[in-house]
Amino acid sequence: MSTSSTPLGNVTARLARSEKLEGKPEGWNRPPVIEVEGDSELLELAMGPHHPSTHGVFRMDVVLDGERVIKLKPVFGYLHRNHEQLGQSQSYLASMPYTDRLDYFCSLSNNWAYALAVEKLVGQVVPERAEYLRVILAELTRIQNHASTIGFLLQEMGASGTPLMYAFRERELILDLFESLTGSRMMCNYMRFGGCRVDASEAWLDGARKVVAALPKFIDEFENFLMSNEILMARCQGIGVLKPELAVNAGISGPMLRASGVNYDIRKVDHYGIYDRFKFRVPLGDHGDIFDRYMIRMLEMRESVSILEQALKEVPGGPVMDPKAKIRNFRPKPGEAYGRIESPKGELGFYLISDGSPNPYRYRVRPPSLINLTVLEDMCLGSNVADVVLIFGSVDIVLGEVDR
Amino acid sequence: MALKTVEEIKAAILAAVPGAAVKIMPNPSPSAQQSLLIEAEHATAIATFLRDDEELALDYLSNVTGVDWLDKEIAEKVKVTRQVAKPVEGGDPGQAEMVDETVEETRKHIEPGYLEVVYHLFSMAKKHGPMVLRMRTANRTDKVELPSLTPVWRSAEFQEREVFDLFGIVFKGHPDLRRILMWDEFKDFPMRRDYVEPDDFEYEPTPHDEVLKRAQEHRAKVAAEEAKS
Amino acid sequence: MLGEGILKGLAETARNFAGSFVSKERMTTVEYPEVRLPLPEAARNFPFLVYDGNDWEKGLRCVACQICEKECPPKCIYIEKSKDKKPDYVGKPQIYPAKFDIDISVCMSCQICVEVCPFEAIKMNTEFELSTDDRFGGLLLDRKELAKSNEYYHTIHPTEAREVDARLAQEKAKVEAKAKTAAEAAAAKAAAVATGASAAAATANPAAAPVASPSTTKAAEIAVAPAAATAPAAPKPVAGTGTDGPAPMTESEKKAASEPAKPGEGEPKA
Repeated sequence: MSTSSTPLGNVTARLARSEKLEGKPEGWNRPPVIEVEGDSELLELAMGPHHPSTHGVFRMDVVLDGERVIKLKPVFGYLHRNHEQLGQSQSYLASMPYTDRLDYFCSLSNNWAYALAVEKLVGQVVPERAEYLRVILAELTRIQNHASTIGFLLQEMGASGTPLMYAFRERELILDLFESLTGSRMMCNYMRFGGCRVDASEAWLDGARKVVAALPKFIDEFENFLMSNEILMARCQGIGVLKPELAVNAGISGPMLRASGVNYDIRKVDHYGIYDRFKFRVPLGDHGDIFDRYMIRMLEMRESVSILEQALKEVPGGPVMDPKAKIRNFRPKPGEAYGRIESPKGELGFYLISDGSPNPYRYRVRPPSLINLTVLEDMCLGSNVADVVLIFGSVDIVLGEVDR
Repeated sequence: MALKTVEEIKAAILAAVPGAAVKIMPNPSPSAQQSLLIEAEHATAIATFLRDDEELALDYLSNVTGVDWLDKEIAEKVKVTRQVAKPVEGGDPGQAEMVDETVEETRKHIEPGYLEVVYHLFSMAKKHGPMVLRMRTANRTDKVELPSLTPVWRSAEFQEREVFDLFGIVFKGHPDLRRILMWDEFKDFPMRRDYVEPDDFEYEPTPHDEVLKRAQEHRAKVAAEEAKS
Repeated sequence: MLGEGILKGLAETARNFAGSFVSKERMTTVEYPEVRLPLPEAARNFPFLVYDGNDWEKGLRCVACQICEKECPPKCIYIEKSKDKKPDYVGKPQIYPAKFDIDISVCMSCQICVEVCPFEAIKMNTEFELSTDDRFGGLLLDRKELAKSNEYYHTIHPTEAREVDARLAQEKAKVEAKAKTAAEAAAAKAAAVATGASAAAATANPAAAPVASPSTTKAAEIAVAPAAATAPAAPKPVAGTGTDGPAPMTESEKKAASEPAKPGEGEPKA
């Protein structure tokens, strides 16, 4: 926990004091303007959308002075599938499989966020066993997402796939668990309004315990593999620094925010689900650079393993679906609700306005990947093109969520 | 949640920004997330107050949503008293007197629609929230300008661009207002309720509802053209 | 020493490389298509229609209620009802689908059609090697291609298939028991009418009323439920099926009303 002297100062105490921003000059939260010395010709380059390192179809219009980035504008919308408009033209249940495809790495987290928002809208109660299963699946999703992100970082640094395949080896075990429970590896469509679709057998829980028991060894191996690597440290430390005041003002959430030292984890703040019953820590970073973001993800994987061990020990019996919950002809009363969870990428929220009909009147997804991209320009200005790829990778976006 | 209730927040805003028009919008659902409707005039001052206040400290703008409310036709039953000429009873058929008659008639009027933008605010310093703000435009056709809250909270930057792109609300004071999800030359505003999709009929093996109608129209058109040629 | 971290990483890689020759968990590659991994039982790919017995047309369980068509999110199912009827597994005449198309280039394998089907007629297949070279018609599966036997269902999802069979057998038994008591009550009533004893008619009435419609499984439950005014004991954990079957119910009610064997009891408790 960064509470004493760090390069960013006493961050937690500062934010607890709710530091007044009046003293800040006008335009303090705008990206700085880089001066170009001499008379070098500026080069305008489009990185993407066909690019192996842009995590999907994403374009960055950069203006370069040699290797240095002077201006950067992210351009996206190549994967826009009008998910929100589809959500407004079909019933609440029919949107559930589409939420799988938002952040396609973490489909179960998306399902839970949507189910949470609808349950808030109607005041639906979820049985205990379903809450435990939701936590177990969400934490497994978090582990496989963070492992893949770290693997992709090394891939982009030039390690040609080996660390990525180690991460994917563990990811395959978790995806096998998902397949035997929900029927599908990635597009799980498992949560419903009022619980989960099918019950998990005791055999499945034993399989999950086995996988979780093997995870600490893998995380140790992974950490050993990467985190003392001199090349990685030279390329990641001190690059892409994000100051905490800017992070808070720009609406950053998730590991990127915590790497800048701000203690805000929605699992602890909102007390949604049954996270209050589990003891886990929230790792915070000191410097807000790329290396911190990866260390945070590594530490969060360990915390997730601890939550899984606690949850798998005490799964109660009972139904997984509230017997009074409706699957068809679901018509919530007029009103609105905003439900959010801590997804592996950040704060994933769903805002629903209902007017009493079977379709929502307004269906909005608050995408963490899109909002985390707000400060991409600030972080990349002044660094080299090679660093831009790494900084962009450390934001950890999925285009399905950015564009919806 | 340590956040004050909407009434207290409204009182605090009125104390800090005199002259502001703030209205509480109720939310009948069990989520009980009530919202405050604010006017465009004092929006920036209210937003700055909410962010900088010691107790509220709403420094985290989480979500910016656009909503389209169409014109609503409202039919009301109104009792109208009118003077009607009625022939006098027991007198000549030609004589008539004016009598008050009360009749119930249905009056229809159109409530103009508007575009609305909804802000969800939280506090990272105090760890409370959500607090919901709403702003409405005057109508859906020409008066669609609203002040941008990007100078107050940077996270509104991309989200207000999206609301502009998909709904057509123009945010004054936004540093870089252009389309974000659709391409720059796109003309219409796709998320509005009266948006008509372009007719790009393709092979449709299992058509339903409107697609079925369009498919049948297309097939009829193709058959008519073939019959002609 | 500079480079120590890199050497540690290289040692890790070397351990994995050498280990892949000896340990199973380090050698995770499977040489598909020569070696195929078994799929878990719950795996799902695209839907198929179940039929009982040997004749796929006669034994098709689907009654064209169109609930799956309505609930399908990408609307990939297209159903046309038949004009005539065929008997279902309890012997009740039901309409069947004259056309049942699924466009698997649109289907997203979400399994909602399986969840909402009240007749256990559509289930998820696990076959994924479905590539074809006809882009338009080749991915539109029709009724014949979709129909697969119940034995096939047992081979791909044994546990699920056993549960479904048990449920259907239970309901068939219930329906047959009701039909037997209805026949006995009708016979008793006929005897009572013959002897002219009103007491027999009074006892026959409450006995016959809940039995007045020997319809198909779900419809029978739905019909019984309002009469008994208890929550329907739905076989699936999904409880919303009380609203599901208006179409079969009206038909069965019509059938019940027109059955000759029950004098006067044509008013199933609606």
